[in-house]
Amino acid sequence: MHRNNIAFWFGAGVFLAAVLLMTQTIGNEYPFFAGFVILQFVVLAVAWSILGGYAGYVNFGTNAFFGVGVYSAVLLFKAFGAPLAVQIAVAALVGSLLGLGVGFLTLRMRGIFFSIATIALAIIIETSVTNWRFVGGAAGIQLQRPPVTPPFDSYVKMLFFVQALLVIIAVATTRAIQNSRIGRGLQALRDDELAAECTGVPTLRLKLLACAMSGALISAGGAPSAMYLQYADPSSAFNLNYSISVLAMSLIGGTALWIGPVLGAILLGVTQQLLAVTISSEVNVLVLGIMLVLFVVGAPNGLIGLVHRSRLRARDRT
Amino acid sequence: MTPTIASGGSLLRIDALTKSFGGFVALDNIDVEIRKGERFGLIGPNGSGKTTLVNCISGVLRPNKGAVLFGDEDITPLAPNQRAHRGIARSFQIPRPFKSMTVLENLMVALDFASGRDVLESVSHRRDAAMSILERMGLASKAYDPTVTLTQVELRKMELARAMATGPKLLISDEAMAGLSASEVDEVMDLLMSLGGEDVAVIMIEHIMQAVMRFSDRVMCLDAGRIIAIGTPAEVMANARVQEAYLGT
Repeated sequence: MHRNNIAFWFGAGVFLAAVLLMTQTIGNEYPFFAGFVILQFVVLAVAWSILGGYAGYVNFGTNAFFGVGVYSAVLLFKAFGAPLAVQIAVAALVGSLLGLGVGFLTLRMRGIFFSIATIALAIIIETSVTNWRFVGGAAGIQLQRPPVTPPFDSYVKMLFFVQALLVIIAVATTRAIQNSRIGRGLQALRDDELAAECTGVPTLRLKLLACAMSGALISAGGAPSAMYLQYADPSSAFNLNYSISVLAMSLIGGTALWIGPVLGAILLGVTQQLLAVTISSEVNVLVLGIMLVLFVVGAPNGLIGLVHRSRLRARDRT
Repeated sequence: MTPTIASGGSLLRIDALTKSFGGFVALDNIDVEIRKGERFGLIGPNGSGKTTLVNCISGVLRPNKGAVLFGDEDITPLAPNQRAHRGIARSFQIPRPFKSMTVLENLMVALDFASGRDVLESVSHRRDAAMSILERMGLASKAYDPTVTLTQVELRKMELARAMATGPKLLISDEAMAGLSASEVDEVMDLLMSLGGEDVAVIMIEHIMQAVMRFSDRVMCLDAGRIIAIGTPAEVMANARVQEAYLGT
């Protein structure tokens, strides 16, 4: 376990150093522009899996948390000209509060009913923001980026680095949960909530914790989008596509381990970016659908499940 | 923590407990006391309220009236997990394993969240504790098997092992022998007998009458939500109303 920790933080350090080096040496902004989206999906998918994977509560309201992150940033920027770090921190706070609210839904609802309730939540929040003039209402709002902070020479490169940092935070959090008794407790309540409760697992507290953490990370991951696009409008910030993509990424990667959603997000994110450039951004959704169907049928436990199965087979052969 | 009770003193007291579902009264004004370390048999025809009583004790159901006292504490408003921490553990009529886990991991859930965690602070301590419970239950060789591969009798044992891993003062076994063969019934019976000997009170719900009679210090018979007899096994068996409830004469 200890050696694993060292390896993990070493890997995280190498990753961040590589990202920083890229921002200093590559002149073209496009790789960062595309890479930002992929890293963002990594954050979202990993965060989603805390609740959807370990606890088994399928949250269809990723777009609610994402949009809340975006609009927290918009509001702070417009009202106080708050810097990016503050925008992200406050978005995380608001996201965790919203997560707690969703957590109380889990008191009464399981399975499909919980999922539907989270969709409803997204619609309610989107409608509210659409009617909120100060943050632009239905027409959306233009944002003027402030000057970039050194050592970065462009705002997009800085956002890319910031999103990489969020990836590390999200993965480290999820990994810590997975390796702790909290992870085992969530797994137990996913398998059988009543039996978990009778075995001493404080299921309500764990569910609230999972909701709050997942919500905070999704909102934090969404917050930099405001500055990235220099524009925000309710129908794109609360787009249901975020929910569907994130769900697909987590399921395709496999939710049993933190690495699953990371792989799923990279695989699908890269594919989407390539398709958007080579064919059209509309084809994205089609490919997403096809891949999801293939995985649900052929590998219900995702990439992780495939690897696990082939390892078992190799062991049986020897 | 609840204060420790003198040996032979009261462990669990059920006080004027009533539970109804809509207009159906499942438990009607039940009063009973279970002593520390006692082996207590609970019998009654189907639908007489045995499992409802267990659910009220373990916190799965809230009674409409009355109270459940554990030690000196009124635990009626507590959630099942808080009751588990105070020392009430149970198995289920239909086994409910954590099916994505191995047998050992099932027990680790109990140990990870047990109340006396200070003694078992490190993961390896907890693993050792889980293994020693599995050894006593004759499940050590299955420790790393997924629960889905277990046979029925192994599942029952696993549930009892998981319940024991919470470190209970009261273990409720809800028909742990249902559907088992004669030799398997004896195996589970021996296990439950061995558990009773160490200050763990056991409530055994069972339809297999020989097992209840052999096991229990005292037996209580429920019928239509009421206690119709309570006493030594011989007394209860001799009771005319018990015979009527069971044999329908």
